[in-house]
Amino acid sequence: MALYSEKVMEHFRNPQNAGELADADGVGVAGNSKCGDIMKIYLKIDGGVVSDVKFETFGCGSAIASSSMATEMIKGKPLTEVLQLTNQAVAEALDGLPPHKLHCSVLAEEAVKAAVKDYCDKNNVEYPQKEK
Amino acid sequence: MIYADNAATTRMSSTAMEAMLPYMRERFGNPSSLYGEGQKAAEALWSARERIAACIGALPQEIYFTSGGSEADNQAILSAAHSGERKGKKHVISTAFEHHAVLHTLQKLEKEGFIVELLPVHENGMVYPEQVAEAVREDTCLVTIMYANNEIGSVLPVTEIGAVCREKKVPFHTDAVQAVGHLPVHVKEQNIDFLSLSAHKFHGPKGIGALYARRGMALESLIAGGAQERGKRAGTENVPAVMGMAAALEEACRDRQKKQERLIRLRTRLIEGLSQIPHSVLNGDADKRLPGNVNFCFEGIEGESLLLLLDDEGICASSGSACTSGSLAPSHVLLAIGRSHEIAHGSLRLSLDADNTEEEVEQILKIVPKAVERLRNLSPLWKEKISGKLRFIL
Ligand SMILES: Cc1ncc(COP(=O)(O)O)c(C=O)c1O
Ligand SMILES: [Zn+2]
Repeated sequence: MALYSEKVMEHFRNPQNAGELADADGVGVAGNSKCGDIMKIYLKIDGGVVSDVKFETFGCGSAIASSSMATEMIKGKPLTEVLQLTNQAVAEALDGLPPHKLHCSVLAEEAVKAAVKDYCDKNNVEYPQKEK
Repeated sequence: MIYADNAATTRMSSTAMEAMLPYMRERFGNPSSLYGEGQKAAEALWSARERIAACIGALPQEIYFTSGGSEADNQAILSAAHSGERKGKKHVISTAFEHHAVLHTLQKLEKEGFIVELLPVHENGMVYPEQVAEAVREDTCLVTIMYANNEIGSVLPVTEIGAVCREKKVPFHTDAVQAVGHLPVHVKEQNIDFLSLSAHKFHGPKGIGALYARRGMALESLIAGGAQERGKRAGTENVPAVMGMAAALEEACRDRQKKQERLIRLRTRLIEGLSQIPHSVLNGDADKRLPGNVNFCFEGIEGESLLLLLDDEGICASSGSACTSGSLAPSHVLLAIGRSHEIAHGSLRLSLDADNTEEEVEQILKIVPKAVERLRNLSPLWKEKISGKLRFIL
């Protein structure tokens, strides 16, 4: 059995939304170089909706694939929905991750939330509460 | 496929395979059985012992077959430590960059109340005999230091370290798993009391190895059971594997010098080519290193993703990144030689063998820089370094 699902390898080989958004409205970072994975998410927000998103990642295959998948999942979504993104959802969308790689998908969730927070802070917008 | 992970394991040689087959087919007897077929197996086993002993300068009765390098390490270390303990000695000296088979055994000893001192490793991957001489105490019962490091390939001055131990009358064990078959090894001339070796690192079968224990050194058995291996290792001997190991080792020792020259040429070319990648560093000593070992750190990238890209191009290699180990910490070897966590995550080990060709090396040199660049372009760390927001480490 391969370490990663075909889906993970697909996103690793052809990452979606890789790069930087020079005029991002919100930027979020999660992880650190000590643990070996860093994710940076750039958001462009128009009328409370993610109109564009990019990522940069230093990390393993799982970290890169999770970043790519997470950006795909939030693109075009309103912020309230974006904040419902969970690492389980990212991992599931990737057809699963090996147990010791789950922490890499947690970083994707964290980076996205940090980017939304950054946008809210910068624009004096109230951080949308997660829907019950 | 370009196989460049020979430090992990090697392809079995056809000589080794041929040597094994008769002991699976017609000569399958149990060496402990008294009838002729059993005794033929016992004789074969003894002849293999003689041939293996001859390759490393030992006596046949000093060779104990084990399931591999890990078991040999465990048995040597526990035996020497417990025999020291009976004389009230509970201090053990080792190094910070040993294989886990050694380090985890030492952790076991610590739980038993032993004091384990891990000598620091120099940036070039060296540990010097003077360090050992200084560390030895009245109550030191064992020095265990590897012959050659499995990740960064540095070759340690074991002969001199052995001489220090002899003079101080402290037993000396060396994990020579990466050395045997690749470097000259002579336990008598090198003052070695215990030595571990493993067949799959020199084109023999997996799951078989040997412990050399100098005559008179006490050995304790890790496995309770029958009286095989003169009571030091219970369990019916793996005769085919032992025959394969003996054939592989003889072949490796016979061809060693002839292959070494070519291997070093390949290694030199590979190191020279990879050094062209900016912000990279060679790990381990440039000269005192295993003939086939190349190990680099590339700043700004993570090793596992590099391995995946190389795998897509048909290159098999390895890395000391956390994400290849299943833990969050990168290789203890790279940390031991002073690489920062960040840099240690971006390591690549290519371990060549005489089977590798010049074309393969050129192919590697085409692919690795591209893969590194691709990952750097994806890396937020790299970007901040290029833009001057973060400082380059290398
Ligand atoms: C230095 C060193 N020691 C011990 C071992 C363990 O050997 P084995 O796989 O035969 O148990 C290895 C191989 O992984 C090694 O490289
Ligand atoms: Zn990871």
